[in-house]
Amino acid sequence: MSKVQVRLKVNGKVIDELVEPRTLLIHFLREHLNLTGSHIGCDTSHCGACTVDLNGKSVKSCTVFTVQAADGEVITIEGVANADGTLHALQEGFREMHGLQCGFCTPGMITRAYRLLKENPTPTEEEIRFGIAGNLCRCTGYQNIVKAIQHAAAKLAGAPFQEAAE
Amino acid sequence: MIPGSFAYHRPNSIKEAISLLADLGEDARVLAGGHSLIPMMKLRLASPDHLVDLGAINDLKGVRADGADIVIGAMATQHELIASELLGSKLPLLRETSLLIADPQVRYMGTLGGNVANGDPGNDMPAVMMCLGASYQVVGKSGERKIAARDFYKGAYDTALSTGEIVTAIRIPVPPPGHGFAYEKLKRKVGDYATAAAAVLLTINSGKVATCSIGLTNVADTPLWAEQAGKILVGSTLDAATVTKAAAAAEAITSPASDNHGPAYYRTKMSGVMLTRALIRAKARAS
Amino acid sequence: MNEMTPTAEQRTEALQGLGCKRKRVEDIRFVQGRGSYVDDMKLPGMLYGDFVRSPHAHARITKIDVSKAAAVPGVIAVLTAEELKPVNLAWMPTLAGDVQMVLADGKVLYQAQEVAFVIAEHAYIAADAAELVEVEYEALPVVIDPFKAMEADAPVLREDLKGKTDGAHGKRTHHNHVFNWTIGDKEGTDTAFKKAEVSIKQLISYQRVHPCPLETCQAVASFDKIKGELTVWGTFQAPHVIRTVASLISKIPEHKIHIIAPDIGGGFGNKVGAYSGYICAIVASIVTGRPVKWVEDRIENLSSTSFARDYHMTTEIAATKDGKVTGLRVHVLADHGAFDACADPSKWPAGFFNIVTGSYDFPVALCTVDGIYTNKAPGGVAYRCSFRVTEAAYCIERAMDILAQKLGMDPADLRMKNLIRREQFPYQSALGWEYDSGDYHSALKKAMDTVGYSKLRAEQKAKQEAFKRGETRDLMGIGVAFFTEIVGAGPSRNCDILGIAMFDSAEIRIHPTGSIVARLGTKSQGQGHETTYAQIIASELGIPADDITVEEGNTDTAPYGLGTYGSRSTPVSGAATAMAARKIKAKAQMIAAHLLEVHDDDLEWDIDRFRVKGNPERFKTMKELAWAAYHGVPPGMEPGLEAVNYYDPPNMTYPFGAYVCVVDVDVDTGATKIRRFYALDDCGTRINPMIIEGQIHGGLTEAFGIAMGQEIRYDEIGNVMTASLIDYFLPTAVETPKWETDWTTTPSPHHPIGAKGVGESPNVGGVPCFANAINDAFRFLGSTHIPMPHDQWRTWMAADKLGLHA
Repeated sequence: MSKVQVRLKVNGKVIDELVEPRTLLIHFLREHLNLTGSHIGCDTSHCGACTVDLNGKSVKSCTVFTVQAADGEVITIEGVANADGTLHALQEGFREMHGLQCGFCTPGMITRAYRLLKENPTPTEEEIRFGIAGNLCRCTGYQNIVKAIQHAAAKLAGAPFQEAAE
Repeated sequence: MIPGSFAYHRPNSIKEAISLLADLGEDARVLAGGHSLIPMMKLRLASPDHLVDLGAINDLKGVRADGADIVIGAMATQHELIASELLGSKLPLLRETSLLIADPQVRYMGTLGGNVANGDPGNDMPAVMMCLGASYQVVGKSGERKIAARDFYKGAYDTALSTGEIVTAIRIPVPPPGHGFAYEKLKRKVGDYATAAAAVLLTINSGKVATCSIGLTNVADTPLWAEQAGKILVGSTLDAATVTKAAAAAEAITSPASDNHGPAYYRTKMSGVMLTRALIRAKARAS
Repeated sequence: MNEMTPTAEQRTEALQGLGCKRKRVEDIRFVQGRGSYVDDMKLPGMLYGDFVRSPHAHARITKIDVSKAAAVPGVIAVLTAEELKPVNLAWMPTLAGDVQMVLADGKVLYQAQEVAFVIAEHAYIAADAAELVEVEYEALPVVIDPFKAMEADAPVLREDLKGKTDGAHGKRTHHNHVFNWTIGDKEGTDTAFKKAEVSIKQLISYQRVHPCPLETCQAVASFDKIKGELTVWGTFQAPHVIRTVASLISKIPEHKIHIIAPDIGGGFGNKVGAYSGYICAIVASIVTGRPVKWVEDRIENLSSTSFARDYHMTTEIAATKDGKVTGLRVHVLADHGAFDACADPSKWPAGFFNIVTGSYDFPVALCTVDGIYTNKAPGGVAYRCSFRVTEAAYCIERAMDILAQKLGMDPADLRMKNLIRREQFPYQSALGWEYDSGDYHSALKKAMDTVGYSKLRAEQKAKQEAFKRGETRDLMGIGVAFFTEIVGAGPSRNCDILGIAMFDSAEIRIHPTGSIVARLGTKSQGQGHETTYAQIIASELGIPADDITVEEGNTDTAPYGLGTYGSRSTPVSGAATAMAARKIKAKAQMIAAHLLEVHDDDLEWDIDRFRVKGNPERFKTMKELAWAAYHGVPPGMEPGLEAVNYYDPPNMTYPFGAYVCVVDVDVDTGATKIRRFYALDDCGTRINPMIIEGQIHGGLTEAFGIAMGQEIRYDEIGNVMTASLIDYFLPTAVETPKWETDWTTTPSPHHPIGAKGVGESPNVGGVPCFANAINDAFRFLGSTHIPMPHDQWRTWMAADKLGLHA
C-alpha cells in the first residue's frame, strides 16, 4: 500500500516522514526515529512498555497508527528530562527508591507517571497503583515504583519526602 | 504483532465519512479509538483494506445536555466521560463504569461509540446503555435513524448496524435526582473483561422500589437487559427474599461461555452475585 | 591526623561496599531510556526473520510450499528443515541430553512449533510473507493428559526415538517415557511407612507456568564471510555456554564466535537455553552474508519457549502421633512437553528436586521421578528458582500442612517440632544434600512473633464461628511456609552443563590511577550486578565502588562462566570476585611492605590501606599501591595489579526463610484478598539491602501470580488456551499486595564472604505460603487440599463442593 506523508512533533522536534498507514507509532519511534527507549512487551495492548505521551494523554503507542498521530505532539522517555538537561524528578525518584531492576518497563512507567502527576499532583498510594495499572512490571513488585512516584511528587511540590513507616 | 496493509482515510465530517463508507463497502472498517480494532488487526483477526478514521470529526465529540436527555458524541473517550462534570452530577453510573474499563492508557483513547457499537459481548457500556434505556443515533447513506440500545445487539459482533452505518451519538434519558445506581464488575485484574457484571438503575419512593432497570455484561453472546428481574423488584423494599428471586431471574437468562474466567455455571452464579451487590449499593445511594 | 582526616566510618562509607544501600549504576541509563536491549540494535544491511508456526499439536506435514512467500518483494529466503539438514542443523541438542527440532522435520509435536523461517528486508514484509507459506498437515492423535502418556495404547510422539530404550538418563520404559530418576532409601522408607502411626498421601500438582519476562527472547546474528567469524547478540543468561554450543553445532571454531548479551529485560530462566530463533538467525546470516534479527512476540514466547513446573507429585509423609516425621516418599510425574529441553545440570534430570525433604529432619526418604513426553511446548526451566526447587518446596510445604491437619496440630507447631536444629548443621539430608548453615527455629520464632501469630489464630477462630452463624461470608486463612533453597550450582563433582563444570569466574584489573575494571562470567537481567559486584570488590580492596566498572556478557572479554540463573551469581561468581580480589590484595601487601621497608607480616589491613602494626601513621592506600604496581614493583615481581579466579564451589548454599500470609476469601465470588504478607529471608551476608528488598518484592509478586492464577493451559486437542496477556495472569499494581520484608543472617561457612544468594527465595517460599493460606481458610470445614492456581472460579468451586453456597 502506498505511503502517506505524516507530520508530527516528537520531543519538541518537528518530524516529517513518509510512512505506511499500518506503521504502528511504536515502530515509527523505534525504527524510523531511533528512539529505542520505548519498548515492546506484548501483542495485546496489556503491558504498557510502549507508553508515550500523545497530545497530553498517556497512550500505548503499539495500539496507535502513526498516521493517527498526525499534527500531534509526542513525548517519549527521551524527552522527559528537564529543559536544562537535568533529570526529571521521576527519573531521580526511580533511582532513589530502587523503582527499577531490568529497566524494560521503566521508560513506559516513567512516561505514564509523568502524565499521572499532571493529572493529579498529590496522588494517594491507591491512586498511584490505579494510575499505573496499565503498566506491567515483572521485576519490582511495584512497591518501590509507588515510592519512586511519591518521591517525585514531593519533589515537584517542593515538599520533603516522607517514606511511610513499614 | 504486525497488521496487514490498508489505505487510510481521515474525513473531516460525518457526511464525508458516510460517503467514503458507501464507496468502500465491505472492505472498510471504521477507526474510533482503535483499542478494539487495532489489537485485532495486529493478530490479523481483522484485515480491512480501508480504515476510515473518525478522529478528525468534531461533530462526533462532546458531552451535552439536550432537554431531558444527555447526548454523548460517539468519539467521546472514556477519559472524557470520567472527567465530565455534567455526567458526574447527572449520570454518575457512567463514570463508575468507565473507571472499571481497561486501564488509564486505554481509557484515554477508547471511545463510548467504539465500546457500544462493535458488538463485543465483553464490553461494559452496552449493558449499561440497556439499563439506562439509551438509544443510538445512527447515520448511513440512506439517512439517519435511532436504535434503542435494547434492540441493538443480536449476537457476538452482530448488531443492528448495516454496512456503511456508524453510531454518531448516544442519547441517554437523565435519571431523576436521587436515583440509585451501581455497576458491579467481577474481574480477575484491572484490564480484564468481566467474569460477570451487573448495572442497576433504580428509584425508591417511600421505601419501596418504584423503578428498576438491570443490565448484565459478558454472560451471553450479547449484553442482556434483565427486564423480568427488574419487574420482580418493583414494589419491594429490596428485601433479601425478593432480591434472591430477582437474582435467580437474572441468572435464568444468562448463557455465558466457559473460558478462562471460569465455567459457565460459575459465571451464571456470579451474575446473580454481582446483581445482588449492585442492588445493595444502589439502594444505599438512592434517596 | 586532624579534623580534616577522614574517620574510619567516613572511609568505610566512601567505599559504598558490603552492606550499603548503594544506588544502582544501571539506573542512570535505564531511566533515560538509554538501555541497549537486543531489539534496539540496528546494523547496516540487517534482515528480519519471522516464523511460520504449526496450528496443530500433533500432525504430519505432508507439504510445505514457500513459493508464494519467497516471491514477495523484499523476501530474501525461506528456510525449512530441508535447508537445515545439509548443515546438520534441522535438529539441535538440548541441555538435558535430548534432541529438539529446529524446524519441523516431517511432523510437528506442539502447537506453535516452528515450521519455516522467513527472512526479509523489513519486519513488516516478513510478517506478510509468513502468511503466504502454505503448509498441509495430517492431524495425529494427541497426548495432553500426562497421566495418560504412558498408557499402553498412547500415541507415539517421538518417532525419532523409536526403539531407543536407552535415554540420556537411563532406561526408557515406554515410547513416551523420558527418564526415571530415583534417589533415597527404598527399604528404609518402606519400613518407616509400615511402622507409621500416622501417614498422609496426597497428589500435589504444580501447574505449568511460564517465566514471561517483559522482554521476549531475541537475537541478532551476524556472520562475517571474510573473517569467517560469527557474532551473535542475544538474550542469553549464559553467554559462554551459548558460544560453546554454537561452536559444537555449527563447527565454527569457538575463538571465531563472539557472543554478546547486552541489557536483558528480565530472564527468570526463560533465557537460559537455545531456541530455534537463535539457530535460524545464525543460519540465515551465514546463508545471506547479512546480519539477521529475530524478535519473537509475546504469543510466541508464551506458547513455544520453555515453560516451567508441570510436576505431579504423589506425596506421602509418615509420622508419629505426636507429630515427629519419620519418613517421606514422593513420586513425580514430570511433563516435559515434546522434547526434554530442561535446563538442568546434566546429571540432574529432575534438577535438585531431592531438596524435597525441605527444612525438616526426615530420617529417611525416597524420591522417584518419571519424565514423560506430551504434545506441549518443550522444557522446562527454573522460573525464578533453582532447579525444581519451587516444585519441591511447594510439595513439602503443602504436605506438612496436610499432615498437621490430620494430626490436629497447628501447622506452625508441626514445623517447629520438625525443623532441623541449629546444632545439626552442616546437615546431611536423607536425600543426599549437605545443608551449609541455618538457625531455623530463631527465624520461625521471629516471624511468628512479628506477625502476632497466636492473635491471628484467635481472630481466625472467632471469624469461623461468625461464619457458621451466618454473620460473615469471608473466610480468614493463615499460611505458613518455611523453605530451604539450594542454590549456587555448583561443585564440579556433581554439577556440569553439557560437560562444562559449573564453576564461575571473576577477572579484576586495577589501573595505574587506582580505578578498576572487573569482568564476570555471570549475566545480570536486572539483578544489579554492576552495582553489587563492585561493592564486594570495594570492601575487599578499599577502592570506592564508584571507581569500579563491572562488565558482563561479552564472551570475548569476560572469563568463562556458566551464567546467571538458579541464584548462582552471588554464591559462585561472588566468591570468585572475593578470591580474585584477595590475590590482588596479597600482591599489594608485598608491594606495600617493599615501599614501607617492612616485612609483609608487619602490615595490617585497615579499610582502604595497609598500615604498619603499632605504627598506623605509616600506611599505603590501595590507590597508592596501584600506581606503584605500574611504576616500581619490588625486584623480581611482575608489574601490574590484576587477578582472575575460577571458583569451583565446595558446596551449594542454602538460603532459607519463614513466610506468613493472611488472607480473606470471599466465599461467594471466590476472590481472595491478601491482607498481609510477611517474608523473613536469610541469605547469609547481605551485600546490598536495598537490592535484596527489591528482589524479595519481585519474587513475591511472581509467586503471587503463580499461586493466584498463572497457568499455561491446553485444551484436549492441544490448543494453548493462555497464550497471550489477555489470559496469562500478570498482576498489575492494583492486585499486587504490599510486602513486608525482614531478615536473619546466618552466613554460609564455606563462602568467602558468607553470602548465599537471594533472588529466587521469594518465589520458592511465596507460592506455598499463598497456597497454604487459602487452603487454611477452608480447613475447618474439612477441606484437605485445593490445588493451584487459586483463581476466583477454582476457589469458588471448592467452596461450592463444601456446600457453602446452599
